[in-house]
Amino acid sequence: MRYSIWSLARNALTRHAHWPRAWRDPPLQKSYDAIVIGAGGHGLATAYYLAKRHGLTRVAVLEKSWLGGGNTARNTVTIRANYLREPSVRFYAESIKLWEDLSQELNYNVMFSQRGQIDLVQSWAKLRDLKRRQATLRLVGVPFDIITPAQVQARIPALDLANSTRFPVLAASWHPTAGIARHDAVAWGYARAADALGVDIIQNCEVTAIRRSGGRIVGVETIRGSVDAPKVALAVAAHAGVLAASAGLRLPIETVPLQAFVSEPLKPMLDVVLNIPQLQTYLSQSDKGELVIGGGADGYPSYVARGSFALVEDIVAAMISLFPALARVGFLRQWAGNIDVSHDITPIISRLPIDGFFVSAGWGSGGFKAIPIGGVALAHLMATGKPLPAAEHLGFARFETGRLLFETAGASNRS
Amino acid sequence: MLLVTCPFCGPRNENEFVCKGETVTRPAQPAALDDAAWTAFLYLRDNTKGRHEEHWWHKHGCRQWFRAMRNTADNRFTP
Repeated sequence: MRYSIWSLARNALTRHAHWPRAWRDPPLQKSYDAIVIGAGGHGLATAYYLAKRHGLTRVAVLEKSWLGGGNTARNTVTIRANYLREPSVRFYAESIKLWEDLSQELNYNVMFSQRGQIDLVQSWAKLRDLKRRQATLRLVGVPFDIITPAQVQARIPALDLANSTRFPVLAASWHPTAGIARHDAVAWGYARAADALGVDIIQNCEVTAIRRSGGRIVGVETIRGSVDAPKVALAVAAHAGVLAASAGLRLPIETVPLQAFVSEPLKPMLDVVLNIPQLQTYLSQSDKGELVIGGGADGYPSYVARGSFALVEDIVAAMISLFPALARVGFLRQWAGNIDVSHDITPIISRLPIDGFFVSAGWGSGGFKAIPIGGVALAHLMATGKPLPAAEHLGFARFETGRLLFETAGASNRS
Repeated sequence: MLLVTCPFCGPRNENEFVCKGETVTRPAQPAALDDAAWTAFLYLRDNTKGRHEEHWWHKHGCRQWFRAMRNTADNRFTP
């Protein structure tokens, strides 16, 4: 059923008791043409584009718990393209273009709100960095301007610039095409659209091992039995290394917790995404009024989804120094997502040294914004065997040739 | 907050330390390595979920490096 104003009106008349299920709960088949492990944003998007753009519909997405329940549910939903290196900027700018049409494409409101992002500049080094970045972004066609503290103050009155004397705000950048989207809706929208095209989404079906025969992938082992497939892709974030190890491979990835917080709901006080790189924190306000606050990553590898209290103190102190009015606001929730940080902070969408084995990993702190383009790129690679031109720089080969793409624009690299 | 035991200073607060990640073994004969072996040494990690031997640096203390064994599934240090 297509969602529309008419379907909404019709179901309102029957008190919303007859909405059909958004996706099926199909039984696990013995074999598929392709298996995507992990029903988060990237896994579901990959399955959707495999079916939509490449006509592959005997596809299964295997998920160990419920779909969209991992890092897709734990991230802070920022979508932006203000990266450092030109290939990265092109890649994320392409993703923003896909986000702009995503609700129509999926027939599901992902609540994409292109509200723009302000980055505060609190050091001369950062100002130089942003000027360089501005040149790269303009080269690619992404609007990006340097604005004055007075302009920031006018846009965010709650920000206390007068008293931030330890790190005075020298300037700021304005990235008008950045924004946020509703994380659950992205997972649900892709799940529903992929399911409608015939993709099987199997929840509560943990993959325990990758099955290989010599140099070829033959399928996976799950808690519900073994499944055959000539193509298997990993889209499991933190656990990519654990699953790759079951096939005898190692990845250039470390898993670390990245923290986030949600405040109690407040009246509207912030209508942009505000990033404060100097203090390793950023925030936006959700439609419910909660401030969604993200921090840096913990300083050590861990699979614990809680995060270190040392970082909580840092982030809270940083927030209060800029927003004294928040000193008495309570936090509703604090959590961590276990992110997969690649050696050069650039993601990896690549084939692996076993035939038919693919990986989308190393998204670090920035996977959410790349869900549409990440899905397009991995699906293209799986279906055609060749990387998407916009994602050629993401191949695993860069770790052998030394053509690494160091990104400093992620929240995960504290120095 | 983790309590990290420095072998030289005893138990200290985690923010005195920098974790330098999974321990790696330096190649005995670097000149003999091919590209794949260099890649493995420089970049590839086990990223173990479980017992994890790692380097720590007591940066804001005695500035010594040491090895510690920690479980990455629950953050507990073990001998």
